[in-house]
Amino acid sequence: MSIKQETGRVTGVNGNLLSVEFDGSVRKNEVGYIRVDDKRLKGEVIRIRGGEINMQIYEMTEGIKVGDVVEFTDELMSVDLGPGHLSQVFDGLQNPLPALAEQCGFYLDRGVYLEAIPDKDWDFTPTVKEGDRVKAGSTIGTVPEGLFTNHIMVPFTLKGDDWRVRAIREPGVCNVHDTVCVIENDKGNIQNLSMVFTQPVKQAVTCYEEKLRPTEPLVTKLRCIDSFLPVAKGGTFCTPGPFGAGKTVLQHMQAKNSDVDVVIVAACGERAGEVVEVLKEFPELTDPRTGRSLMERTIIICNTSSMPVAAREASVYTAVTLAEYYRQMGLDVLLLADSTSRWAQAMREMSGRLEEIPGEEAFPAYLESSIAAFYERAGKVRLSDGSIASITIGGTVSPAGGNFEEPVTQATLKVVGAFHGLSRERSDARKYPSIHPVDSWSKYKGVIDMERVEKARSILIRSIEVGQMMKVVGEEGTSAEDYIIYQKGELLDAVYLQQNSFDPIDQACSPERQNRVFNLLYDAMMRDYDLTDKGEIRSFFNNLRQEFLDWHGTEFETPEFEKQEKVISDLYMAKVTQ
Amino acid sequence: MQKVYTRIESIVGNVVTVRAEGVKNGDLALVGDSYANVIKLDRDLVSLQVFAGAQGVSTTDPVKFLGRPMMVSFSEHLLGRIFDGAGVPRDNGPALTENMIPIGGPSFNPAKRILPTRMIRTGIPMIDVFNTLVESQKLPIFSISGEPYNQLLSRIALQAEVDVIVLGGMGLKYDDYMEFRETLEKGGAMSHTVMFIHTASDPIVECTLVPDLSLAVAERFALDGKRVLVLLTDMTNFADAQKEMAITMERVPSNRGYPGDLYSALAARYEKAVDIEGAGSITILGVTTMPGDDVTHPVPDNTGYITEGQYYLKNGHIEPFGSLSRLKQNVNGKTRNDHRALMDGMIRLYAQYQESLEKRSMGFLMTEWDDKLLKYGELFETKLMDLSVNIPLEQALDLGWEILAECFEPVETGLQSALINERWPDKSALKQ
Repeated sequence: MSIKQETGRVTGVNGNLLSVEFDGSVRKNEVGYIRVDDKRLKGEVIRIRGGEINMQIYEMTEGIKVGDVVEFTDELMSVDLGPGHLSQVFDGLQNPLPALAEQCGFYLDRGVYLEAIPDKDWDFTPTVKEGDRVKAGSTIGTVPEGLFTNHIMVPFTLKGDDWRVRAIREPGVCNVHDTVCVIENDKGNIQNLSMVFTQPVKQAVTCYEEKLRPTEPLVTKLRCIDSFLPVAKGGTFCTPGPFGAGKTVLQHMQAKNSDVDVVIVAACGERAGEVVEVLKEFPELTDPRTGRSLMERTIIICNTSSMPVAAREASVYTAVTLAEYYRQMGLDVLLLADSTSRWAQAMREMSGRLEEIPGEEAFPAYLESSIAAFYERAGKVRLSDGSIASITIGGTVSPAGGNFEEPVTQATLKVVGAFHGLSRERSDARKYPSIHPVDSWSKYKGVIDMERVEKARSILIRSIEVGQMMKVVGEEGTSAEDYIIYQKGELLDAVYLQQNSFDPIDQACSPERQNRVFNLLYDAMMRDYDLTDKGEIRSFFNNLRQEFLDWHGTEFETPEFEKQEKVISDLYMAKVTQ
Repeated sequence: MQKVYTRIESIVGNVVTVRAEGVKNGDLALVGDSYANVIKLDRDLVSLQVFAGAQGVSTTDPVKFLGRPMMVSFSEHLLGRIFDGAGVPRDNGPALTENMIPIGGPSFNPAKRILPTRMIRTGIPMIDVFNTLVESQKLPIFSISGEPYNQLLSRIALQAEVDVIVLGGMGLKYDDYMEFRETLEKGGAMSHTVMFIHTASDPIVECTLVPDLSLAVAERFALDGKRVLVLLTDMTNFADAQKEMAITMERVPSNRGYPGDLYSALAARYEKAVDIEGAGSITILGVTTMPGDDVTHPVPDNTGYITEGQYYLKNGHIEPFGSLSRLKQNVNGKTRNDHRALMDGMIRLYAQYQESLEKRSMGFLMTEWDDKLLKYGELFETKLMDLSVNIPLEQALDLGWEILAECFEPVETGLQSALINERWPDKSALKQ
């Protein structure tokens, strides 16, 4: 990292906002270090006004005084990209936390920044030869990284398309920082490339041929999502919910079961205990797709609520930049951000210190555009080698008071393709997942024929209406016909939308199985029944529900599974109106 | 060589501004004879927040910078002592100056955290049986003014099986402070207790320092291998003090006047709860009074997003519904084989009791089953829910079975037959 010769001086401190004077040239979002005692604290230039530079500091600012030296780096806030990210745990600035613990012990000392990319040797195989044309994002070689072939690429920030390979390393083991390729452009400029390069986090990587429409469903093995509120590979979704509604649990299930290559979990301003659960649990679990530990496809970016707030703002950008890096290798990446509200609050805190004119609930006026820009970094793309890759972004939102009318939820709803609203009533009633089936929506195509899903949903809506009515007029005042509709909706909710996350079989329901179950359930729901007595109706549906739940406990396509399917169809066919 | 500045430029609220050089952000200073800390630097203008309040501060009062941040003494001598929000003794004992440690230190490395696995026994059945408190957990007690939350905290302080108790009082009524003190002294818990007390009449700045002082001390005890329980009452006063200071400093308010960093401010404190591998632990129980019994008020709302569950204190007892200890699953499988099943079963029946109550109040006909439930509900409330009950977990579980046996036939409880055969008190009632 180049440090400019000239340095600036601190002229003011207000919380984690610094004023600095500097005569040389300075860029917005440039990184600088403040020298305090024997430490160097990282910060970022966020405003230049009237010759005065404002920097946000990613650390606690105690002990900084007027006149302290500021070193500018001439680089934007960046992360290092290279092989070795998978299964790691970073803080919001890409500091590896386990390595930090080895050096500093239990607490996060400020001013300690470690190499994000482990200093190790890789088995390099070149994919280009002397004289080949390359540009930003071109693959020059590969190394095996766990489950994948990691592509060693030309830095995404390289400008111009007149670069050629001048020298390339022979196949063999070499260190991550060794020069593996030398490139030269028509003007005779020469660059040495190693396996590691830096990438500014706030700039989207656009080294692809074209962005495609997300059409293929991203299977999460949650029936409620895959069938009714689907997410597409390359799409975006948000999960708002009041506290205790199960946002984090739901995200962990998605991280475990989603049909993608790489999962990046960005714990942004949430409890540290929840990260620990992932850290302890994931290495023990096997990824059903590969048979390897789940941790091998997971990266955790962890900036918990007690860590400095400016770094929290950076953490979601760090996460999405890592996602883009793996996408460039042709992989499908799922980024789960928990929670984007904390990120928005970090922006609010900074905006307040900058004394900007506040918008709604004191959030800055650029809240919406920032949220939109973040979600727009998702997408399905065709890379220059023709392969298709994607980033899917799912963010939880923690609305104040559980009220979805607040600015962050509303700004998010504008830009996402699916809305999974969690409801307090459903979580209180221990209904998992607590996604509200009627209020939520999705613009993507699911694993089941949409027309029939819509029909099933309309019965559910009707059932809820009948349920509301019954609260007023009682069961007695409801007709048998309405009562059957009510029970059908309840059945759909109980045996399809809800899922037992503790049951080893029911917790992950494959798309094939979803189709089988839905077909039978749909058939049962579309039939008319020869039942008039309320008690009889109730016990009929109770039995049906029980048989369905037992069905969920059988292994797919085993004899027991087939047998139970038959039991259910016999059960309801016996009562069907002839 | 400490330079004394005597020209105060402005005094706004509790903040004074003085022209000085070489001052570090966060440093401690003496304005007149009261402590203050540096909260803002702008060239040679230094803004200081005066702990004792700026009332009566003169523009010619001397300002002396101490060249170090706010610190608190840490040693075994803290035990049994009571301090105010500036760390000054309020029990007429000597001031402690040895082994000074900074407050509000850095955050715990998440990679070093471990999964909490040990329960804290409190002798209160509504906690031990139904919502077990786990070491390193952070839990608020959501309550409203008038509820006996401070009595509950003193009971927990007396009965909890921990090594050290740190009590942080914020905006306490003087009577409440005296009551805490008397209860703990009488109960013999004072010898392993440290108190940092800010009463309602003390300067507001000191209120915001109480959690940091308490937690800095707790952290050191925990690193020394002690199991520490930190009791904070009342965190709503802490948040209100933050609000008051933010507004006087002309910061843009976000929600109902609270500063935009309320969540971060609360989280920075609650997240100090930790189980340290190879050493002790910090568990935090904080009282959050809900203005107007409104859980969507910014303080309880933000707290709920930070903490690992909550206890609702309503009508003098811990409400079985709504209260939740998110970590109880980590421990209640290992206590006794009937713990989980009995907990679920009893709560299920209690829910049915509430329905029967509703039915009765609407004048519906009571069935035999309803009568059983009503009897059960009453017994449950008097024998288990009452906050004065102090029995170990095992005894509380036995008592649960006795209550069930007094009201129901074994099959009516909905519990597994194997458990019933093992635990039902009156074996003759069981079908052989």
